Formats: sequence, C-alpha cells, structure tokens
Amino acid sequence: MSDPIVELQNVTKKYILGSNEIYALNKVTLSINKGDFATIMGPSGSGKSTLLNMVGCLDLPTEGIVKINGIDISTLDDDELTAIRRNNIGFIFQQFNLIQALTAIENVEMPMIFNNAPADLRREKALLMFARANLEPEYADHKPNELSGGQQQRVAIARALANDPPIILADEPTGNLDTKTGKSVMDLLSDLNAKGTTVIVVTHDQKLAEYSNMNIRLRDGEVCHGPG
Amino acid sequence: MDLAKSLRSNMYVELARRNLTRHTVRTALAAIGIIIGVIAISSMGILGNSLKLSVSESLGDVGNELIVYPAYGEETITEKQLGQLEKVSGVEYVIPVLASTGKVEYKGEATYGNIYGIEKDNVLQLVEVEDGKIFRAGSSDCVVGANLVKHFGIKVGGKITLKDSQFRVVGILGEAGFGFGISPDQAVFISPQAYEKIYEDQADGYNNVIMKVKSVDDVEIVKTAIEDRLNKREEVVHVLATNSILDSIDDIFNSISLFLMGIGSISLLVAGVSILNVMLMSTMERTKEIGIMKAVGASRKDVLKMFMLEALFLGIAASLIGGVLSLGGGFVVNILILKESSYFFAPSNFLYIIAGVLFGIVTSLVGGMYPAWKAANMRPLDALRYE
Ligand SMILES: Nc1ncnc2c1ncn2[C@@H]1O[C@H](COP(=O)(O)OP(=O)(O)OP(=O)(O)O)[C@@H](O)[C@H]1O
Ligand SMILES: [Mg+2]
Repeated sequence: MSDPIVELQNVTKKYILGSNEIYALNKVTLSINKGDFATIMGPSGSGKSTLLNMVGCLDLPTEGIVKINGIDISTLDDDELTAIRRNNIGFIFQQFNLIQALTAIENVEMPMIFNNAPADLRREKALLMFARANLEPEYADHKPNELSGGQQQRVAIARALANDPPIILADEPTGNLDTKTGKSVMDLLSDLNAKGTTVIVVTHDQKLAEYSNMNIRLRDGEVCHGPG
Repeated sequence: MDLAKSLRSNMYVELARRNLTRHTVRTALAAIGIIIGVIAISSMGILGNSLKLSVSESLGDVGNELIVYPAYGEETITEKQLGQLEKVSGVEYVIPVLASTGKVEYKGEATYGNIYGIEKDNVLQLVEVEDGKIFRAGSSDCVVGANLVKHFGIKVGGKITLKDSQFRVVGILGEAGFGFGISPDQAVFISPQAYEKIYEDQADGYNNVIMKVKSVDDVEIVKTAIEDRLNKREEVVHVLATNSILDSIDDIFNSISLFLMGIGSISLLVAGVSILNVMLMSTMERTKEIGIMKAVGASRKDVLKMFMLEALFLGIAASLIGGVLSLGGGFVVNILILKESSYFFAPSNFLYIIAGVLFGIVTSLVGGMYPAWKAANMRPLDALRYE
C-alpha cells in the first residue's frame, strides 16, 4: 500500500504579479502510490496544471519538497530534470502538442531518439506503441494535421508510452475531444493503469473520477478532500 | 544510396532538412547572403593571387640574378675576385659594374644620374636600347635611361656633360621599371674605359658584379659556391639573391590578397548577421515545439544539436553554391581588372575558393550559435505556454 512514487510535502507555488501574490499552490501535501490512477479536479485557476507540471519536473516549487521515486527534484539541475522526464514521465496534453514537421510515427519515436535508442529498434517499438494506443499502422506516415483530434491524442499517448515511463501525466486529455472519443482515451489510460503504470489525470469532468482510485480536489491552490 | 539512407534515419538531420525547407523563401534569402559573402571572399582572394602571379611573372627574368657586393669594410670587388667569380660554374654571365652617382648636364641644365661603366655587350644583356644603338668600346659615346631622356628631352645625337667631359648620346633606353644591381631609368651607360678616364681618382676594382645563374633552381647553390670560394678566410663579398627579394614581394602580395579578402569578408559578416536573424526568428516561432521536445525528454544538448545542424546545413549548401559561383566571379574580376584570364586558372586560386567556402560554413555556424543556445536554454514550461 505505501509505495509512494510521487510525494509532495508542504508544496507552495507563489507568483508575484506587481504587488499581488498569487498562490497557485498553497502548502499541498499528498502522496500517490505506484499503480494508482489519480484524478485532479477543481475549478479553473485552482492550481491543477501547476500541480501536474511540478510532478512532471517542468516546474519547481517555491517552497516545500517534491519527490519523484524518492528523489527530491529541487536538488537536480536542468539536465538531471530532463533525464527524469525522459525516463519516468509520459506527458499527454490537452492540445495534443505534436510536432508538425514530423509524421505520426516519428512523433512517437522522438522520445526514444532523446534516449539514444537505435534507429531500427525505435521504429519497431513506435509501431508497437501505435498498436497499444489503438492506432491503425496506416496512419504512421501521416502528418499530425492530417489526423482527427482523437487520432492525434492517441499519437500523443503512444508518444507518452515510448520510453516505458512508470508515470503518465495527462492535463485534460479529453478536453478537446467529443464524449465518445474522450471515453476511448480514458479507457486506454485505464488499460495502461491496469498494466501497472501510475496515471495522473487533470480533468473538469466529474464522470472521469470513476476511473480513478484516488481523487484530489483543489480549490484556490489548496487540497479540499484528502486522498481516498 | 547508403549515405542518404543513413542520413534519413538520423532524425536530427531529417528534422533540420524539413525545418529549413519549411520556409523556403526565408532560407533562400539567408543562403543568398552567405553565397554573396563566399563569392566576395573567394573572388577577392583570386584577384590578389592573380595580381601576384602577374607581377612575379614580369619579374621572372630577374629571379635568377645574383648581385655580388663588397662586404662591409671592403671598398670594391677586385680584379682577382672577379676572376674567381668567373670560375664559378652554372653561371650564364658575369658583369662587373663600375657605378657612381653624379651630375649630368644637358644644354645648361643639370640633374643627378647614375653613371655606369659597363662593357657594351654586357649593357645589352641588362637593358634594351629602344632608339639608336649601343656605344663603341672606348669611345666617348653614351646610352641614356628613359627618365633622363624625359627630363632633358634628349634626342639621339645630343650631347651631355659628365664631369667636364662631353658624351654623345647614341642610344636611348626604353622604360625598364626597377632592377637589381643597376637602376637603368636614371642611368648613363658609358664604356668602362671612358668611365675610368673621368673617374680616375676612384679606387681600383668594381662597385658590384651582376651574375646570372643558368637555372633558377641553382640560385642557392651558386650563391653558396661563391661564398665558399671568396669568403674562405674572411668575408670579402656579400651575395644578394634577387629571388629572396622576390620572396618579399610575394609576401607583400599575400598581404594584399589578405586585405582584399578582408574587404570581402565584410559581406560575409553581414551574411552571418542575417543567419542570426533568421535563426532567431525560427527559434521564436518554434518556442512551443522546443517546449514539447523538452517535456518529452530533449536535453539542452539535443536542442542545441538540432539548431546547430540547421545552421550547418544552410552554411554547407550556401557555401558550396557560393564556391561554384566564385569560379565565375573570379574569372570576371580577373578579366575586368587584369584584362587577362590566364592567371585565373592557376591551381593556387582554388585554395582561395576552398578558403571562401570554409569561411562561409564557419560564419553560418557562428551566426547560428546564439539562437541555438537561446533555444537550448528555454525553460520548458515557459516554452510550452508560448502561443
Ligand atoms: N506563469 C504564471 N504567472 C503568474 N500566474 C500564474 C502563472 N501560472 C499560473 N498562474 C496562476 O496560478 C493559478 C493556477 O493556475 P493553473 O494553470 O494551475 O490552474 P488550473 O487549475 O490548471 O486552471 P484551468 O482549469 O483553467 O487549466 C492561476 O491563478 C494562474 O493565474
Ligand atoms: Mg490547467
């Protein structure tokens, strides 16, 4: 039970705009265990993305400690943070964020390139990830703008899986999709979770909470109901 | 082709190619800057080099002369030393020179000139008589250099006065430019017998001796042979090889080439700035993309590599085009300025094209450095948020 892969202790993120102090996160303490499916919910501006970015090592706390796999990320330099992202974290964004100059399959290969995987192995594995994300292989050589929203998000999921990260982070992954496509994406994430990947999803959608075994509610940068 | 395939499988290379072709016009404009810069540098280098080649060619026939002067502390080259010089092998001719400077008078006017006492056959080996003929041995005839002729307006048959003795001008020399051992343009050539008569108080022996070596390659060998033979016990002669003077002329022209290339490189500098500008624009546009790549695990080094590769490819492509066009540019400049194209085909000119191409590539890399560094150091979250 207590095998935390993500731990936050008194994490505060403060922005200073002019004379205003904005607390995007205010003394947040929580832990997420290996294999959890966590949802983060709350009104707009409550700090959901801020929290997720911090777990994803894209952002560092103003105060407090964030630990990924037991490592305090504030002690790491830029290259070490990059290495953590590369090996431990798969990102899925609301706007898909695919690289337009690359084909679908190349987008999936990209994280493996940064991981120095050999070219032939890369392509083979990218096709495997394609299949796991329920994408037909014939879309492999399409450019992102030639794909539907749901297909693009599945490419993004395949990309997030490329380096076999133990943690998948998704910021409103269904926000730009219709209900049916959104559901298929959530089913996919649920499948991955069933195979052991820790999944953390930010969402507005109350219904999505039913996929999770842990729901974190934020309001004004603070956690309302604790885990469980 | 295997290379093409392996290049394609390297996604950094492929990505650089695609990003460069994404904005064809912009890439082409940046490339034109580099192309012009490379052409400017190469053509200027080729011009300087061709200039050098044309000058060294016109000096070519003095390149194998040795001038033998009395060493420091000695007054003249003695008859005995002259005899020794004549025994040195590999020499085409040995010309003893009696020389002094003095007043030359013509129709009441006077100026200073170089007066030489040289055997008539030897004079003909050194200079060309343009008008008239050479003096007879032992006569009081003389041959006059081009500057003096111009100064006085002398004609063949005129009379000049040297040290109270009258000489009849029988020959006029063409313009010779500069020479070693003698300066023909300001000269009055008379026979050694006449010279000795008017300069009877001068010490015995010769002021210097001009020797022509049969083959340019032997200049050093002959020079050493002379020194070995005459300077055995103490240094009595000093031997000057004109080709060492040519070497310094070479140096001067190399500096000129460098200077011309310096001017050409200003345009390359401008090209570098335009690369910088284009690359900065493209990093700004691709900020979000950089953020995405960093989020999925691109390190600073990876991003740096991506952008530097773009600069490198742009530089290589543009510089090679520039190099090819420089062939034409150098040819045209040679024809316009030297009015001649033959020097253009000298192999040394191609070195300047290679230099131009290398400069072009380096310029692109330098221009791409700051944008690449900027891209590499973007904070991933800021970059991701960028719209
Ligand atoms: N770079 C920033 N500078 C200043 N304030 C910021 C910055 N980033 C976030 N904030 C503020 O922090 C608070 C939390 O933002 P965050 O993006 O985490 O909200 P969110 O819960 O994801 O909202 P949404 O549901 O609309 O995506 C907001 O008030 C926001 O204005
Ligand atoms: Mg958000």
